[in-house]
Amino acid sequence: MSRSDPALHRIAALVGNPNSGKSALFNALTGARQKIANYAGVTVERKAGRLALPGGGSIELLDLPGSYSLDAASPDEEVTRKVVHGEFAGEAIPEVLIVVLDAANLEQHLVFAQEVLELGHPTVVALNMVDLAERDGLTLDPAALSEALGVPVIPTVAVRRKGITELAAAIAEAKSHADEALHSRWRLTQPERRLSAKHMARGAILSKSTRHTVENGIDRTLLNPWVGPVILFAILFVIFQAVFAWATPFADALEGVVGSFTGFVTDTVPPGLVRDFLTEGVLAGVGSVVVFLPQIVILFFFILLMEASGYMARAAFLMDRLMAGVGLSGKSFIPLLSSFACAIPGIMATRSISDPKDRLTTILIAPLMTCSARLPVYAVIIAAFIPPDSVAPGVGLQGLVLFALYVAGIVGAMVVALVLRGTVTKGAASGFIMELPRYQLPRIKDLAIGLWQRAWVFLRRAGTIIFVATIALWVLLSFPKAEPGESQMDSSIAGHVATGLAVVLEPIGFNRQISLALIPAMAAREVAVSALATTYAVDTDDEDLAAQAVTERIAADWSLPTALAFLAWFVFAPQCLSTIAVTRRETNGWKWPAFMVGYLFVLAYVFAGITYWSAVALGL
Amino acid sequence: MMTLDTLAGGTDARITGVDWKLLAGDEAKRLRALGVDEGAQIAILHRGIFGTRDPLAIRIGQMTIALRRSHAQAITVETI
Repeated sequence: MSRSDPALHRIAALVGNPNSGKSALFNALTGARQKIANYAGVTVERKAGRLALPGGGSIELLDLPGSYSLDAASPDEEVTRKVVHGEFAGEAIPEVLIVVLDAANLEQHLVFAQEVLELGHPTVVALNMVDLAERDGLTLDPAALSEALGVPVIPTVAVRRKGITELAAAIAEAKSHADEALHSRWRLTQPERRLSAKHMARGAILSKSTRHTVENGIDRTLLNPWVGPVILFAILFVIFQAVFAWATPFADALEGVVGSFTGFVTDTVPPGLVRDFLTEGVLAGVGSVVVFLPQIVILFFFILLMEASGYMARAAFLMDRLMAGVGLSGKSFIPLLSSFACAIPGIMATRSISDPKDRLTTILIAPLMTCSARLPVYAVIIAAFIPPDSVAPGVGLQGLVLFALYVAGIVGAMVVALVLRGTVTKGAASGFIMELPRYQLPRIKDLAIGLWQRAWVFLRRAGTIIFVATIALWVLLSFPKAEPGESQMDSSIAGHVATGLAVVLEPIGFNRQISLALIPAMAAREVAVSALATTYAVDTDDEDLAAQAVTERIAADWSLPTALAFLAWFVFAPQCLSTIAVTRRETNGWKWPAFMVGYLFVLAYVFAGITYWSAVALGL
Repeated sequence: MMTLDTLAGGTDARITGVDWKLLAGDEAKRLRALGVDEGAQIAILHRGIFGTRDPLAIRIGQMTIALRRSHAQAITVETI
């Protein structure tokens, strides 16, 4: 095993059980300047930062995925195992390992620590969260632990930056021994490690008062079979209100900024292809992505808050039984919930699902949750075709139809999950084993770093792909140029494609205008409204005005069966390009996004057809 | 002999055996890594919603872990 391949730079790595406060320690050691990427071939995040060492110099610090054991039981743990063994292609073997322990849970965390120490790397142990251990009534002796383990043990409180300088110094000291040969230790079996962990923990605990931990008391309420779900749904209600209410002013402001850029370009660039490219292609495309940023940031704020506080695991616990009914587990609940705002953060949130097949299934059904971009489409069609009658006191028919569309999405997702679990993502029924971590007060800085990383990943990845895609769409819609007197839509490549599509879509009641609108709606679903408006040659840039005018046009032009079929179509499809882009990124290839788009289009076609022909048969 | 899923809530018990064959490979690994093994002390803290009372939240060592009843059925315990 080569200790120093000159082609790879030198790294140190943080390892530890999940819930050891490892990420907070990583933030404290490296600050906000972190690089997030995916490990090649797996959807596990590689988090790296720079650690300044006392006495000058620095080293790249890796935050390896939290692991209970080097005998990997999940893709995350497999990455950790490979990196510390120096078997991960393209990653240097770490010169120094920093094992992070939860001071209040030594008996458990020392098992993994011994497994890591047996590798013989220069190692430093961070005895983290000593403040919480004190809260639990434990007084610890780091020196005794250091003696038992044979490596330096530094007490730390990552969230208050306690012991960080000492830890950096210990890492520097360990690094100076990095070129010596590995001191492989005697390998123990897992039960032996557990036994010796028990002894070491006992030796390191000076005193232990029998103070009760707060968790059991809180959980008695939050996990109560009756009260727990009520609290969960109250929290979710607040989150959804916030996602829609708080995001609107920011989204409007962003739209305003994009609008003023568009105005600026229109004023300064002479009319022609370049100007059209900049305004209709670049700015319209980038704008349609950026407006989702506020919703994503707000949603992730709450998700990170629930994760950091320890509540997320409780939410998963409460929802597990329900999710088990369709072959998933409680861990799929939050990603699916997020998908009601937008499938992009939802699919990104599936990273917390350790079982790969569970995760894939969740990604594949996430687009069936009615995202906020479908709302404008639903709103327009419902306003045009469903009379504002009330079916019961306080229950309007329009609201009922909207609710039914949401339910149709959920039911569809559940059925698809069941089918997928029995076919393409077939496997042993996914279990649900997870630690319910202790409750903690989240720290603002860790939340801010997490939010910044999510926002950046969204803007950079989805942004680049949708950028290219919208430009491609613009080209399709703009060329070849129309002869005078012809409409641009008709003469464009997209127009010809729509004519071709109409042949396929006519049997399910779609007219040519709908076929045309479905093409740009691939970029973002709500574009369907403005695209319909354009095809009906309603010449206004104001979206509200456009929506109103198009409502009247389609009310006059479409039959009710066509409108209902159009709604049914949008329950399942079309896929927006950002969702496809994120799915490609999260599944590392084109296979699953292609499968997803395929099955959704088939479902959309079949259900739009059933809706159309049923409506026609009923004489609607 | 009783299995963990039939243990009354809040009663301290000791694991007398785990039928690893009943568990999927990764689940067995994960449970073992969390300290579920012969001799470990265990207690049921909370049970899930609906008729099946699934999943279970159990205390093992200093930790609270959630698992399903199907896992608990593979774990035999004796009260202490």
